[in-house]
Amino acid sequence: MKDNYLTHSKGFLSWALTLDHKRIGLMYLVATLGSFFVAGMLALVVRTELWAPDPTIISADRYNQAFTLHGAIMVFLFIIPAVPGALGNFVLPIMLGAKDVAFPRLNLLSFYLWMLGGAIAVLSILSGGVDTGWTFYTPYSTEPERLGVVMMATGVFILGFSSIFTGLNFVVTIHKLRPPGMTWFRLPLFLWATYATALIQVMATPVIGITLLLLILERTMMIGIFNPKLGGDPVLFQHFFWFYSHPAVYIMILPPLGIISELIAAFCRRELFGYKFIAFSSVAIAAFGFLVWGHHMFTSGQSTLMSMMFSALTFSVSIPTAVKIFNWLATMYKGSISFETPMLYALTFLFTFSIGGLTGIFLGALSTDIHLHDTYFVVAHFHYVMMGGGVIGLLGGLHYWWPKMTGKMYDEGPAKLACALVFIGFNTTFFVQFVMGSQGMPRRYYNYDPSFQIYHQVSTVGSYILAAAFFLMLFYLLKSLATGRQAPDNPWGASTLEWQCSSPPPHDNFSTTPTVGDPYDFSGMTYDPQIGGWRPKGAPAAQGAA
Amino acid sequence: MSDASAHETGHGHAHGGGHHPHVVPMWLLFGVIGILLFLTVVTVAAAQVDLGGGANVVVAVLIASVKAAFVALYFMHLRWDKPFNAFILLLSIFFLALFLGFALLDTSQYQDSIDVRYAEESIKALKAAQPAAAH
Repeated sequence: MKDNYLTHSKGFLSWALTLDHKRIGLMYLVATLGSFFVAGMLALVVRTELWAPDPTIISADRYNQAFTLHGAIMVFLFIIPAVPGALGNFVLPIMLGAKDVAFPRLNLLSFYLWMLGGAIAVLSILSGGVDTGWTFYTPYSTEPERLGVVMMATGVFILGFSSIFTGLNFVVTIHKLRPPGMTWFRLPLFLWATYATALIQVMATPVIGITLLLLILERTMMIGIFNPKLGGDPVLFQHFFWFYSHPAVYIMILPPLGIISELIAAFCRRELFGYKFIAFSSVAIAAFGFLVWGHHMFTSGQSTLMSMMFSALTFSVSIPTAVKIFNWLATMYKGSISFETPMLYALTFLFTFSIGGLTGIFLGALSTDIHLHDTYFVVAHFHYVMMGGGVIGLLGGLHYWWPKMTGKMYDEGPAKLACALVFIGFNTTFFVQFVMGSQGMPRRYYNYDPSFQIYHQVSTVGSYILAAAFFLMLFYLLKSLATGRQAPDNPWGASTLEWQCSSPPPHDNFSTTPTVGDPYDFSGMTYDPQIGGWRPKGAPAAQGAA
Repeated sequence: MSDASAHETGHGHAHGGGHHPHVVPMWLLFGVIGILLFLTVVTVAAAQVDLGGGANVVVAVLIASVKAAFVALYFMHLRWDKPFNAFILLLSIFFLALFLGFALLDTSQYQDSIDVRYAEESIKALKAAQPAAAH
């Protein structure tokens, strides 16, 4: 096997102190997927508890802690860092044609800050647990008996710095490390999406840091900021919190949107329809994302004037989002579509994310939100966006770049089966929640009216199917590492730069500066059955052979 | 923005190529610090005068903004930097203004209902206290 980033150096320290973006990306991948596993297990506990209205497997207090930890770990330790930290770190410099990110040491620091913040956040369980929900709303979070809040907030504060440093690194990398010929409009769309995400990370994340710092100061020094007992304003906390946390939704969803652009182009073997529109729509979504935070607060006591303004602004986000969806559909139209696993995830994404986006319209309208607020309708909506969009996009990207990251091919059969199970399990779990939410089932309730039981039971069965799909995925991905076929350099026939280097890539990515062309020009490649992958027309047939 | 020197990628190469830091003459730096000190005196002096109607806050914020502009332009070299960096700074200020503006607008909108509630609670407390005082 040729020298690559996995074999370049050996030993624990060669990984622990590595400055190689690919190794850091891989460490992020393992760590964030570990967080996903923990938070997923907590989700199963929550769903099992809700099988019947009465106490089933845990007490009410433990239930509150379980859904809080599920939400906090999923948001802060998994979805926010997973795509930029894992796939972004691995792919961005190679896709750009660079040898690394602009600040490799800062990149490693980001990872260790993530580890530190994550450890502190999880340790908050030991100091009494947190049962405020992942939003830490005041006055719940300022009550003295909730000791774990300070520790959890400290953890999230540190995680915020990790996110800022990653964003800063990506902004500088994309501005300064592009090779000759890589103009802005030759950037692959995943990089446009990552760039827009990085801007949000840099500009919005400090606000959550300040908010949590103020919360900690209020709790430890009794300064009245948010707590009405001390003369503070709890609605102000919600303004602070959502000024970050709504843009954070776009940190979670923009990179997967970029992944879907790559998948649809590669598996339809076509130039993306409306490249510039898709590129600018990423930046537009990032910009609009800053203007709509008040739609989380329609029932908070926020003034009617502000609610009307935020409602109107919220609808504007649908424009750049629809631009992407329609351009993808136009790309697929009359395309030469091949249904390999990553493309199946892209198609799943189109269904689930569209449902997530369209149900957001009900919640963005003041008159319906009054009824649907804090019901399971909201739970279903944001799971369709974050999981149906964010996680499905991540899974598509993971299957797409897995051969590049590991040098191994997974079995398509079980992979397609897992994708089908994810689709069935996900929709079984969450679609029914729209129904019970619209009938008035409140979110976060431990007990409920027996008339809702059938919906909860369907949802719980769906969550078990979803869990089975993820265990199957874990099995065949690990199996591929042990017995998988050697991956060719370009197994999908994609034309962005990462497919020009070997699988897995060498330590320095490229031995010579790569030739930058149109990232979506597929005319120069031909399938070579000998290597089970694609090679440039005219290149020797044995190049990149297993 | 992409040029040949920018391609010097990899570990420790980020500052390579033709990077020539701009040197600001000492007289200018001392001049700026003199202006900053003078404006600090003006801030303190302005605070001694009651301008009424919240004008003191406006004056203090204006002076502070001028001082911040001097620091950004001269100490942080923004005056000689690429316009893109100035754009990013202005964008950050815009987002801060947006956040504060919306939050304060909202607070001022619902403040009346809070005041009414406080007034009602005060009246209730007074009424409860009066019979006790009569005894």
